[in-house]
Amino acid sequence: MKALRHSGQRGNPLTVLLLTMMAWLAGPAAAAAQELIVSAAASLTSAFKAIGAAYETAHPEVKVILNFAASGALLQQIERGAPADVFASADAATMDQGQAGGLIDPATRRDFATNRLVVAVPGTSSRGLQGLADLSRDEIKRIAIGNPAFMPAGRYAREALVVAGLWANLEPKFIYANTVLQIVDYLARGEVDAGFVFITDTAAAGDKTRVITELTIQAPIRYPIAVVAASRQPALAGGFVAFVLSAAVQDILTGHGFGKP
Amino acid sequence: MIVVDVDLTPLWLTLKVASLATLLAFSASVGIAFLLARSRFWGKEWLDAVLTLPLVLPPTVLGYYLIVVVGRRGWIGQWWEGVFGFPLMFTWQGAVLAAAVVSFPLILKSARAAYEGVEPNYEKAAQTLGQTELAVFLRITLPLAWRGILAGTLLAFARAMGEFGATLMVAGNLPGKTQTLSLAVYDAVQAGNDGQATLLVLMTSVTCVIILVLSAKLLKTKPL
Repeated sequence: MKALRHSGQRGNPLTVLLLTMMAWLAGPAAAAAQELIVSAAASLTSAFKAIGAAYETAHPEVKVILNFAASGALLQQIERGAPADVFASADAATMDQGQAGGLIDPATRRDFATNRLVVAVPGTSSRGLQGLADLSRDEIKRIAIGNPAFMPAGRYAREALVVAGLWANLEPKFIYANTVLQIVDYLARGEVDAGFVFITDTAAAGDKTRVITELTIQAPIRYPIAVVAASRQPALAGGFVAFVLSAAVQDILTGHGFGKP
Repeated sequence: MIVVDVDLTPLWLTLKVASLATLLAFSASVGIAFLLARSRFWGKEWLDAVLTLPLVLPPTVLGYYLIVVVGRRGWIGQWWEGVFGFPLMFTWQGAVLAAAVVSFPLILKSARAAYEGVEPNYEKAAQTLGQTELAVFLRITLPLAWRGILAGTLLAFARAMGEFGATLMVAGNLPGKTQTLSLAVYDAVQAGNDGQATLLVLMTSVTCVIILVLSAKLLKTKPL
């Protein structure tokens, strides 16, 4: 090291740079509050942002980090080792898959909300659609639907359409989206003529979308929540789940258009 | 559940989209690059910078710009729908446009550098011998610059083949219609279908290796 010292300088510039980088990398870890990572289905975006803020107000030492995506995609992340503490999905099937794979703690699983699936059109649409059967009209060329492979919204829509005998007829018109929020975006921009979303998504979108009719599904749409098995802070995560089930948070959820579990 | 579907549609679609996109980008850039290399006008470097933007902007930013311009309410989208009768978004033509936009700067930069590397005295000599400017371009400049232009074009083709972000936003991810190889891999991974993802990744890798070997052979041939 002495050989590298330049005369008149306080330290080898390279060493100084390396030490600065190490301090910069180590710094944030030392200063962090407790972090709780919540992976929630995309349709829960507005509601869980409010719930996360409410939780942080009630527990100032905890920082809630929200991670929104399609339920199936979130489960994939957890399976691959994503550091989530809580998982909230938009259907029981995804949570069942998680349970079967040992990814969630079954003892902590609870249903915390219900939702309804609707047919929506762009707010500016003037096509006069009134029912599900109207989607078969020739002038309806593009219908946004969730990808049934990893999205509960897609699976519910498929179920309803199969029961109504319209699936084969409408399939050529489908534009598959990655999340319900993307379907809402397509509707808001007028890129599609109709879309299958949750009623809570249309509530959040205001007058950018308009609801035509509700889709009938055999079983009610129930949203389960559970603590992730690999969570490093299961007690804290369990506390968050209990918080979501509390009366105050249930009010937040109903305020966003969800139903009681 | 492992469902491996040996469907080559994404491969053909990717090759089709990438080829057309490269052709489109090539046609657009060959002339503009020459202009940038040879002429002098106010704001030339600013124009070059704007045209190079797709190279440095994140694909999602490009995707957003494209949606605004090419979507149903955008001016290109409305023009297209008026002429062809269907919207440009969610079509393979939209995918070609997205891929062309991202690969255009690659040909532009390489072509401009190639033209600037051509000794101007050869062009001037040809002019004194009575050749028109177009003839000088086609018979002197282009043959001397073709290697650089070709290298840029091959890079552009590779870029177009791998284009993901902007394509996903503009063309959507419609199996059989706009689902290119990179989008198909994304879908398979999201659905937890690792077998399918592995197959698609192998397909992509083999195709890319073949293209790289072919292009190495092409560039090795004797100059025109």
